[in-house]
Amino acid sequence: MSIVVDGISKSYKSLKALNNISFDVKEGELFGLIGPDGAGKTTLFRVLVTLLFADEGKATVAGFDLVKDYKIIRESVGYMPGKFSLYQDLTVEENLKFFATIFGTTIEENYELIEDIYVQIEPFKNRRAGKLSGGMKQKLALCCALIHKPTVLFLDEPTTGVDPVSRKEFWDMIKRLQLKGITILVSTPYMDEAALCDRIALIQDGIILQIDSPEAILKQYPKLIYNVRADNMYQLIQSLKLYEHSHSVYPFGEFVHYTDKRTYFNPNDLKLYLAEKLLTNITVEITEPTIEDAFMELAK
Amino acid sequence: MEDNKVIEVKGLTKMFGDFTAVSAITFDVKKGEIFGFLGANGAGKTTAMKMLIGISKPTAGEAKVAGFDVASEAEDIKKNIGYMSQKFALYDDLTVKENITFFGGIYGLTRARIKEKTNGLIEELGLQHHTDKLVGSLPLGWKQKIAFSVSLLHEPKIVFLDEPTGGVDPITRRQFWEMIYKSANKGTTIFVTTHYMDEAEYCDRVSIMVNGKIEALDTPKRLKEQFNAETMNDVFLKLARG
Repeated sequence: MSIVVDGISKSYKSLKALNNISFDVKEGELFGLIGPDGAGKTTLFRVLVTLLFADEGKATVAGFDLVKDYKIIRESVGYMPGKFSLYQDLTVEENLKFFATIFGTTIEENYELIEDIYVQIEPFKNRRAGKLSGGMKQKLALCCALIHKPTVLFLDEPTTGVDPVSRKEFWDMIKRLQLKGITILVSTPYMDEAALCDRIALIQDGIILQIDSPEAILKQYPKLIYNVRADNMYQLIQSLKLYEHSHSVYPFGEFVHYTDKRTYFNPNDLKLYLAEKLLTNITVEITEPTIEDAFMELAK
Repeated sequence: MEDNKVIEVKGLTKMFGDFTAVSAITFDVKKGEIFGFLGANGAGKTTAMKMLIGISKPTAGEAKVAGFDVASEAEDIKKNIGYMSQKFALYDDLTVKENITFFGGIYGLTRARIKEKTNGLIEELGLQHHTDKLVGSLPLGWKQKIAFSVSLLHEPKIVFLDEPTGGVDPITRRQFWEMIYKSANKGTTIFVTTHYMDEAEYCDRVSIMVNGKIEALDTPKRLKEQFNAETMNDVFLKLARG
């Protein structure tokens, strides 16, 4: 096991940021921590990279104890914080050199690991980090987190605020790093990124709702989900919520995801009900659950 | 101006020196429509929106928002629109009630009207027990819901929302969209700028900007068909990568 977390809790005054968190990450695994802002993701990362003491519980990272072996952990992990934390007034190259020197290495020594990321920002190596675009800042931060060849990589919301093109590029890079044998713990509020991980933990309000592979989480979804559509979205939602048999009603883009309380549900009953409510162009079709559906069902 | 069009944009252009940030964009938004304004970082979304809300003058072209010209009647526009952004919406160190009073005052509402609006808003959001709490102490999702309601205090014709639900938990996020549907249903036009593609899926129509130009504009459904894509994210990737 590369990361073993056992009953970690952490409070800030009366706020329980982490509540008895336990999970394992296998060697070489790409593990995702999926949850909204305020779920406790960053606190958990800060505990695991030894920047913050937990109130309760214990954990090992790369086989080392968080408290006893904190110095070895710091040498063994790469940490990319959610907030851009490089030196804005140093250039791209200076930042990278600085981090390499701090860890007692050189850019050349581990260049192979960062090469395919660094070549993308190398044309701007003399630009100050503060002047880079969002996507390029992320690439530089990743290079700096990798320069000492860590065995475990912690990426805290690397794709937040990044547009879809840079987001896709970033995930391609993460996947390539995984192929090089690095264990990766990544957090994200984007539920659609869950599918890119080997296993995920869904987290909200400091509590883990479920841990499994994304496929298994979807398989365990307890209900049949229907895509419901009609001309007036607002009235559709209101009518579905008033329907006596409704279990959940969630807008989902152009559709509403609907689940029914009953074991036997005939979509035509629902269509008739909605027609009585004067809705037009009604369609009710079965659909597949998404990670968001699973998350909402668990958080309900 | 046709009376069901609340935003009319024709050849709107903004240049900074030699650089064309927004290049002759043209589109309309109808009353009560939820319009998604998408683009990658640096595509020109923010510059375009700044012109639409009357805080940046166009280099060329014209635009009417709520019936007013963006170049010559900017002050009238500001009175007729609401604005809410993910980054700044409310004052963390004021209470819920103080924030509402403050923004009500800014929007020029009378004391009596502010009181009436405050009560209505608090009841609708179920915040009766939290009116004297500092906004900074509330969960993000609550803040976003309050901020949206505050942006509607002066009953604007159009509300501009900048990435309104990024990072918000999935359930609260849907409650937020229900609020949006509700105001759109009442006739308020909603203009959403975002690069969260799942937010785009909720819009009636979306435009996608690439390098200062609008490269696609249609309903999410038709765009997905046109680009043979399963999600708006795929549409975006296909467009932005050429």
